[in-house]
Amino acid sequence: MTSINLILINWNYIVVILLMMAGLYIIISNQNFIKKLVGLSIFQSSVFIFYISLGKVSGGTAPILTGNDETLYSNPLPHVLILTAIVVGVATNALGLALVVRIQEAFHSIEENKLLALKKFSEQEDRQL
Amino acid sequence: MPVFDNIPALLVVLPLIASAIVSLLPSARVAWILTFVVTLLCLFMAFELVDIVSNTSSFSYAFGGWEPPWGIVFVVDGANVYLVLLVAFISVVSTFYAYTILAAEIAVEDLPKAYSVWLLAIASLFGLSMTGDAFNLFVFLEISALSSITLIALGAGQDRRALLAAYNYLIIGAIGATFYVIGVGYLYAATGTLNLTDIVDRLNELGTNQAAITGLAFMLAGIMVKAGVFPVHIWLPAAYSFAPSAVSSLLAAVATKVAIYYFARLLFGIFADITLLVEFFLLYILMPVSIIGIFFGTIAAIYQTDLKRLFALSSIAQIGYITLAFSLNSHSGISAGFIHIINHALIKGSIFMAIGIFAFGIGKRATMTSMQGVGRQMPITFAGFVVAGLALVGMPLTAGFISKLYLFKALFETNNGILVAIIAFSSVLSVLYLWKIFEVMWLKEPTKPLKIEKEPIMAYLPVWMMVAVIVVFGVYSNDIVMSGIGAANALIGAN
Repeated sequence: MTSINLILINWNYIVVILLMMAGLYIIISNQNFIKKLVGLSIFQSSVFIFYISLGKVSGGTAPILTGNDETLYSNPLPHVLILTAIVVGVATNALGLALVVRIQEAFHSIEENKLLALKKFSEQEDRQL
Repeated sequence: MPVFDNIPALLVVLPLIASAIVSLLPSARVAWILTFVVTLLCLFMAFELVDIVSNTSSFSYAFGGWEPPWGIVFVVDGANVYLVLLVAFISVVSTFYAYTILAAEIAVEDLPKAYSVWLLAIASLFGLSMTGDAFNLFVFLEISALSSITLIALGAGQDRRALLAAYNYLIIGAIGATFYVIGVGYLYAATGTLNLTDIVDRLNELGTNQAAITGLAFMLAGIMVKAGVFPVHIWLPAAYSFAPSAVSSLLAAVATKVAIYYFARLLFGIFADITLLVEFFLLYILMPVSIIGIFFGTIAAIYQTDLKRLFALSSIAQIGYITLAFSLNSHSGISAGFIHIINHALIKGSIFMAIGIFAFGIGKRATMTSMQGVGRQMPITFAGFVVAGLALVGMPLTAGFISKLYLFKALFETNNGILVAIIAFSSVLSVLYLWKIFEVMWLKEPTKPLKIEKEPIMAYLPVWMMVAVIVVFGVYSNDIVMSGIGAANALIGAN
């Protein structure tokens, strides 16, 4: 039963690892640029969960002063950090999506394999110049 | 003066506020003037900072009066004060250069916005080089990445492949930055602090700790992506070759250097107490990877025909020299690395600027075929380009020679003859690609007349400013050597 206990205690962290691997796999395996960004989002979210789990103190409450010295508080700092990281993640995604729109306009495709073929072609053009 | 006490904060805040104002300006010229004035002010403050640090050895600025380890601090000491000066100098010179060349490469109505992002990139580089807080560094890392990506994507007006380069940088850069945050998370779990000085003390108490070691691994991996160290450099060549020339010169000169400085600080300043792990990493991972990187970059550059991509690949080799110097894990190695950080920034910055002027002159991308005889048509720029090129190889009387001299001095200390021979050989290889370019540009007959009447003085003046510094440092090497030794002293203590 100890192994089940171990899984239950570390449940958050197991989810973090699964999400992280899933996110990375999506980024690596997908050809579609939007799907890559989705993978990136999942990857970043796993880190958010990691930080939030770190800040939780078992039995602790929200860090609002109660006036009682014996109250156990959760650590608010990782949560605040993640608030910043979420903003950064949103900005990254917004810029990524904006770039995908521009890529679609310029190349009429957002599939990596098609673009790579196009890119090779234009590199040959460069050489002939 | 009380203003001087706030210099570290002002160096970031001033470009940041100016960035917001510049984006609203209707005229490109006014936007440029404001940008230039702000960078000049930053250079002035950076000189003042050097003055302060040379008297007090370390200068720390607590934001909002929250004392460390609770608040965020900016720490300026011997290791990063010259980096701040370097960022300030390069941003002044490349802003000056941008007046003609950036204006020629992107649409006029986009210019004020471009300068706005430009200032944002400069602000983040100052922040990266000064911050003493592990998480704050991540925020600056992302500001720097996002603004660089936007600037790279501006190259799409010239060549649409700039968009793909920017997208690749975004994905790879974001993975790198996220790795860094995971590392910081582990480190925070182990030590309970984010202040870099405080982390050192806590790690000392902890001894060998699994979480801290995992954190170090993640942080190093993330920073290596940003620094463009060999196996994780793949975003770099495309990004630098398709970005507008002014952007290439700013980013190639300082963006990766700031990441490398932090890489050194992590290894020697913060995790120095986990001796076994750091030594293992330096000797068995960083050293082989640096050597492979040097050869990969140099050989790929020899076969490359596009000039900007060629020098981006050579950047990977040069970053290899810097990390190789660090991997020796000695006082002289670290000082050699820091000397080369500054020299390579000046050299690569001026080379990318010169290529931008050539491309401006012929009206298309600078490649081996389009460059035929251009050196004769644009002799002033070409002369600067040649001096910078010779400095890249390590010719005496240029700053490049000083870097190579101190690198070899550090290599000889290891008593490893094979290592010395390999590095000497790689230096000779880099002569090959430079000679190929010089030959095409000078010895061949010009094929077409230039698109411009004469060389733009506003563009070649900054190139020559950089080249002048390269030559001065090559002849009067005392200052630059002292900066490297000062950095090594600040990180691992006096020799």
